[in-house]
Amino acid sequence: MIGLRFMRLGVLSLAIGLFFGVIGGFQFLFPEFLRELLFTKTRAIHVSMVVSWIFLIAIGGIYYYLPQYTGKKLHSNKLAVWHYWLFLITGICVLFSYLSGKFGGREYFAFPPILSIPIFVSWVLFGFNYFKTMSYEKNPWPVYYWQWATGIVFFFLTYTEAHLYLIPYFRDNMVREIIVQWKSYGALTGSWNMLVYGTGLFIATRIGGSIDIARSKMAFGLYFLGLFNLIFGWAHHTYLVPSETWIRTFAYFVSMTELYIFGKIIWDWRGSLQQWEINRHITAYRFLFAADIWVFLNLGLALIISVPIFNLYTHGTHIIVAHAMGSTIGINTMILLSSIFFIINESRESQLSKAQIKKVVHGFWIANISLAVFLIALILAGIGKGVLYTDMPFQAMMFNIRPFLVVFTLAGITLMLGLWIILWHAYQNIGVLHSSLSNTTQEDTIKEEFSM
Amino acid sequence: MNIINNRTVFFTLLVSYFFYSVYIYASGTDALPGMISHTDESRHGQQLFQEYHCTACHQFYGLGGHMGPELTNAMSYRGGDIGEIIARAFLVNGGNGMPNFNLSESEVSALVAYLKFVDKTGTYPPKNYEVKWGMIFQEDDPEWISKEIQ
Repeated sequence: MIGLRFMRLGVLSLAIGLFFGVIGGFQFLFPEFLRELLFTKTRAIHVSMVVSWIFLIAIGGIYYYLPQYTGKKLHSNKLAVWHYWLFLITGICVLFSYLSGKFGGREYFAFPPILSIPIFVSWVLFGFNYFKTMSYEKNPWPVYYWQWATGIVFFFLTYTEAHLYLIPYFRDNMVREIIVQWKSYGALTGSWNMLVYGTGLFIATRIGGSIDIARSKMAFGLYFLGLFNLIFGWAHHTYLVPSETWIRTFAYFVSMTELYIFGKIIWDWRGSLQQWEINRHITAYRFLFAADIWVFLNLGLALIISVPIFNLYTHGTHIIVAHAMGSTIGINTMILLSSIFFIINESRESQLSKAQIKKVVHGFWIANISLAVFLIALILAGIGKGVLYTDMPFQAMMFNIRPFLVVFTLAGITLMLGLWIILWHAYQNIGVLHSSLSNTTQEDTIKEEFSM
Repeated sequence: MNIINNRTVFFTLLVSYFFYSVYIYASGTDALPGMISHTDESRHGQQLFQEYHCTACHQFYGLGGHMGPELTNAMSYRGGDIGEIIARAFLVNGGNGMPNFNLSESEVSALVAYLKFVDKTGTYPPKNYEVKWGMIFQEDDPEWISKEIQ
């Protein structure tokens, strides 16, 4: 039940985050637009709300799946409730800090660092609850339990690392400061990817009806490859920061190991299409399949920008933004939406009606087509910035890529609308499921009292 | 048996993470010969850069926002004091999309000092570099500098 509360909050968080993303897009084109609400604020709100969406749905899923599907009673519901309120109150404080112009000024975590403390504490509660719950499991873990555990452990490590700049030893050396910062961010995104991919695999095994695939050597091989990349593959962010060459060379080698995953997706393509034909009527599967396609496209882009000679032209351009957006929207958001629809489809009361399915499918296509246009516009803008107009002054370059940025903003609006349609039905039906489970729990309690 | 293997691989990677991190924190990111030390003023500028969330729009080494220009070598790439004059003009008045933050004179000077500090850390994008096997070896890398010294 607490998992559903996390999910509802996550849905709200994404809806708001998208709205501020669109405002930011307009401010990008017309800097005078909503002048009182500076771009520094809208960007920070957009990023924080979207990152919160990822965490809230992933965490909510774990809290929901463990007791409902695997028969593991949460070690402590009370801790989970504390976690929820701590997350919510800190989130409100973060929003107020942005709106009042109080920043810590870091990428991803633009809020004052004091607010990192309750976030850290909330993860202690989550981590303790997860590992304590899982300690009762006597059988070997399927890979998604490992992925969730890894996501939690590496969040602690990388979140701590992201705050090392508070120590003068790191802050006073610009190269160290910037490399450690992006080392932590690279691995931090890897840690939330672990939570999300674990969720995706969990749903895939439930839809497929067997968890064998989650115990297979291939699944573990891919998981460890992901972990290897999480730990060592971050340096494509800092290829052009002066540092020891071997760090970059090693990261280059590590990044290229993902070619294996890329090849495997191509190899398995026919099988994936067959699965699509069998399961396309399942809303959750529809989102999983979309995520699969975005994984393929985004991995292709990631591999290109991880080759240092290409990175020279793509780094610092909108191509990197395309990569980030492709990952967070195309892959993470599609998997997390799949998680939501999987859950609400499991109960008769909350199942989508035919009319709702139709609307969600419309939202699905609007969002995915918009996302494709959105990313193409960003890539073209990035080619303009990194290849075509490098000799121009900044304003002249911006003028030349403006048509792409206009398309990017317009596609952003339709992307928001498409996702809002989906989120509206998700929000409503999670609510229905929540009330139906509350009623069931109350009935059970009354029965227990009578039987006594 | 399988669980032991998975655990072994996991903990090996975890331990590698710690060793690798310590190496990066220590010698992997040592100060380069051309760098200058922070002064109290540049340190204050660094703090202001964060408090005004300048990275939402600007980049250092291509990392940050895209609304404003890259600032790594904003102080030097036009030669002479031109970079500083332009930076001061924008910091005082805003313009071209940059808001006027109503900064005090000491804040403007602190931010300029910070930009000068950053400017001395390297060149971005690199002007002199070699490409071998798709890898970039650039002029500010420790290896390049030590080769030049030899």
